[in-house]
Amino acid sequence: MGLGLSLTAVIALILLVFAGVKGANLHLLFGAVIPYAAFIIFTIGVIYRVVKWGRSPVPFRIPTTGGQENSFPWIKQNKFDNPSTTSGVIVRMLLEVFAFRSLFRLTKSELKDGKLVHGSDKWLWLAGLAFHWCFLIILIRHLRFFTQNVPFVIQLFEALDAFFQVGVPLLYLTDIFLVGAVTYLFLRRVVFPQVKYISLAADYFPLLLILSIAVTGILMRYFIRVDIVGVKQLTMGLVTFSPVASESIGVIFYIHVFLVSVLFAYFPFSKLMHMGGVLLSPTRNLANNNRMVRHINPWDYPVHVHTYEEYENDFREKMKKAGIPVEKE
Amino acid sequence: MYNGGKIFIGLIIFVGLLILPFYLSMGKAIAKPDPKVDTPVIKQMAVKQCVESKDFMKTAHMQMLNDWRDSVVREGNRLYTAADGKSYDMSLQNTCMKCHSNKKQFCDECHNFVAVKPYCWDCHLMPKEGA
Ligand code: HEC
Ligand code: HEC
Ligand code: HEC
Repeated sequence: MGLGLSLTAVIALILLVFAGVKGANLHLLFGAVIPYAAFIIFTIGVIYRVVKWGRSPVPFRIPTTGGQENSFPWIKQNKFDNPSTTSGVIVRMLLEVFAFRSLFRLTKSELKDGKLVHGSDKWLWLAGLAFHWCFLIILIRHLRFFTQNVPFVIQLFEALDAFFQVGVPLLYLTDIFLVGAVTYLFLRRVVFPQVKYISLAADYFPLLLILSIAVTGILMRYFIRVDIVGVKQLTMGLVTFSPVASESIGVIFYIHVFLVSVLFAYFPFSKLMHMGGVLLSPTRNLANNNRMVRHINPWDYPVHVHTYEEYENDFREKMKKAGIPVEKE
Repeated sequence: MYNGGKIFIGLIIFVGLLILPFYLSMGKAIAKPDPKVDTPVIKQMAVKQCVESKDFMKTAHMQMLNDWRDSVVREGNRLYTAADGKSYDMSLQNTCMKCHSNKKQFCDECHNFVAVKPYCWDCHLMPKEGA
């Protein structure tokens, strides 16, 4: 169900651009208005979600026991998996964000010859890490379309990505790895019954969307060439707020840009918000210093306390009559 | 907000990165590349046209060069027949650069704009400029 829905949605989006650009000549709409709108939705949406998370109180440090916590001096603490200091937390966050350490610990349980066996499962980690790094590099590379005098760093990324100088236009390594990784991430939801069982449209859709973005980009670079000079004129028009609609650019470009716009606009409403969420995970970003520091309930407010003294004042006479001992006569 | 300071700094960085491209291009006019096709060889041509149609050259000249290279180096086939029936010697230096002898005002004009640096000139000779 979810799979069919997502597939239909992505195909419908592509057909929409076809109709809009080829049929109705809406170049300005698909080349400027929708990208701008998507960018605004993305920016405001992400800020809104993060602020909303920030306003919900974090009750108490949740010590995820990925390692030995700080204890007696002769027991060795696992400083990065169960940090008790800010610097330890910083290392844990860096490992989490840049190396997906939590995912690295993933295990798999299977029945083998009637016996339940547990083993490590690194494929998800590997594909996830490859995918995210490729995506980042591709994003940085694309900035060459959004800067006039392309900064050296961006050119460096591009040169390294095309390091092997295969063919012309030079083959980007990230193109191969990204498609491979996303394909694995997608197939795993289709092939493994356990994963398929818990997969929803919200899981398939972003994967199919990203896969179509990658495929349209690759088609555009290596197979169905478009007028790149025209493309850069359009993108530079976007960043200088003087958009130009170019009719000379092939429709594949508009499909690519529209799918990217959809991804950006969909971002704040979806599980893709884990981009901000990973930084705000209480189990990752709080030091386990529960026993060293007094933590006060952040939403504490003055509670009206009815002390025993007040209680006795209220009921002294009745208590005496019933023969209950009282502290003050 | 809880831990408001840290979250605020994070959001400032996030928005800063998003605004960066806009900021870098602020107030700059976009220089449209203007490849010059006024070399002596081209001036002498009766019909000023490239190997293939202008649209095709604009979008796919790098693929054409790649095909030419493969064809020459791997198959030893040096003759290219264009769509209009004309024949060309498949050569970067002797064909393209004979007509487009103004590399700086032609090839580089576009390439600088889109920030590509073809590495072909590591080996192939550039035409002597000013000629
Ligand atoms: C109309 C502008 C324009 C002109 C003129 C032009 N190019 Fe290009 N060239 C481009 C664009 C755009 C690209 C591809 C950029 C991309 O794919 O990002 C490119 C890419 C290339 C590439 C592939 C580079 C790579 O690393 O992928 C080669 C080789 C190339 N051009 C050769 C030439 C030569 C030789 C000339 C001069 C005879 C020339 N070009 C003139 C616009 C132009
Ligand atoms: C016979 C001379 C001749 C040869 C050989 C030739 N060109 Fe051209 N080229 C021209 C002319 C003339 C134009 C302008 C065409 C026009 O304006 O319609 C042109 C246009 C172009 C353009 C488009 C420029 C623009 O303004 O968009 C590119 C790119 C290009 N040539 C690249 C090449 C490459 C690469 C080769 C080698 C494969 C090559 N040319 C070989 C004469 C030539
Ligand atoms: C490592 C050095 C080197 C680099 C870099 C290089 N070439 Fe070549 N190229 C050669 C050699 C050697 C030949 C063979 C020359 C011959 O047999 O006439 C050749 C032949 C060619 C030919 C056919 C013959 C001719 O006279 O032009 C083309 C076309 C060509 N290269 C295009 C390119 C393009 C386009 C690039 C950049 C993307 C490039 N080459 C980069 C070394 C190089």
